[in-house]
Amino acid sequence: MAWVDVCAVDDIEEEDVIRFDHGERTFAVYRSLEGDVFATDGLCTHEQVHLAGGLVMDETIECPKHNGRFNYQTGAALRAPVCEALRTYPARVSGDRIEIDI
Amino acid sequence: MTVMDQTFADRDYSLTGPESDAAVAKGLASADWYHSDVPRKEMKALMRRSDAAADRDTVLWIGLLVLTGCLGVLLWGTGWAVLFFAAYGVLYGSACDSRWHECGHGTAFKTEWKNDAVYHIASFMVMRNPIAWRWSHARHHTDTIIVGRDPEIAVMRPPDMVKLVLKFVGLPDAYFDLKRLGVNALGRLTADELEFIPESERGKAVYWARVHVGIYVATVVVALVTWSWAPLLLIGGPRIYGCWHMVLMGLMQHGGMAEDVLDHRLNSRTVLINPVSRWLYWNMNYHVEHHMFPMVPYHALPALHARIKGDLPAPDRSIVAAYRAMIGALLRQQREPGYAIRPVLPATARAFREDLHDLDVARGGA
Repeated sequence: MAWVDVCAVDDIEEEDVIRFDHGERTFAVYRSLEGDVFATDGLCTHEQVHLAGGLVMDETIECPKHNGRFNYQTGAALRAPVCEALRTYPARVSGDRIEIDI
Repeated sequence: MTVMDQTFADRDYSLTGPESDAAVAKGLASADWYHSDVPRKEMKALMRRSDAAADRDTVLWIGLLVLTGCLGVLLWGTGWAVLFFAAYGVLYGSACDSRWHECGHGTAFKTEWKNDAVYHIASFMVMRNPIAWRWSHARHHTDTIIVGRDPEIAVMRPPDMVKLVLKFVGLPDAYFDLKRLGVNALGRLTADELEFIPESERGKAVYWARVHVGIYVATVVVALVTWSWAPLLLIGGPRIYGCWHMVLMGLMQHGGMAEDVLDHRLNSRTVLINPVSRWLYWNMNYHVEHHMFPMVPYHALPALHARIKGDLPAPDRSIVAAYRAMIGALLRQQREPGYAIRPVLPATARAFREDLHDLDVARGGA
């Protein structure tokens, strides 16, 4: 487990998500409407589609391919066709940078 | 028989045959598809959800259903009843398809329970198991018109023109849909359904099939007790006498277009249609756009079309124009099953994704 620098806070709009690749892994990093930051695995558990192309609404991320939804703060699967929860990772703001613990 | 005919004549459109394995082996299953470039900020605006449009359209839809249905019953025995039931039939047996579709995607309303409620009502109206078809449609989006993978290929090659014409009066689709609901209600799923419905969802599919079949049985009992056709004209019947508009729109989506490609501009069709049909169809005439970006709600599809039309083939200018092109292609596919319409891209568009196409397209098409 190690904190990894992702990007500047302003690189993610409020209520939005970006893709973050690290080594051979891919993550989705979120910024909520309140400005809090979160991180999950980057691929949908249904069909391995990058969630960063999806829509962030309140606490949910909607997959851009099949409209399955997760709570990106808890990882819970909320709407078919996703059935399997998304893995989440600790995220924090350090200075003006976002870091995630992977 | 030409080489192409030999290749296509024996295609197996089931999800459990050799075509399924072949599609996987060729990299056509769960593949990366072509997308037009839309900056993230603009795409977020296009994807934004709202209840306003669907609230308005649903109140109008249900209001018109109640109005035309009541007038049809009240004026029973007069010529006016025919008129009102004709309207009711289309509102029930055709508009249900687009409501099923959009609410199944969860994009019509912002409020989730509204999507779910309309989805279940529309699923019943269109005689689709709401669980089985949710998964079927997810697969349709994963593997659009990939033979052996997509369970929703409406026009299989070589096209059976009689079968396509019969679809306009719900035959044999309504029969097979009811039969499948009956099979599901008995606790069984078809081989194709077992292929795309995860185990955790199968119990729900059986439950909802039983609910649907129970309502149909009750409707038949009421019709027998009252010795009247009215209950059947109000419930179930519109899937036969009112489905023509759904079929008219639905066949245009992919008919005559390419199979086994990874670019929706080659296997889907956008058609500019009249406002009444657009309302009934909830803008699914923008079908290339919908497949490319399924998270864009129906009410934002005209804006999406305007944004990316420079990267898309020019849309057919009318339903008549689309059918003229499609029927020509379907007739040709009877002789040359490998044939597919190859749309023309504007100069501003990026080239088609050419690496994985069906034989005719790969050979330059006609």
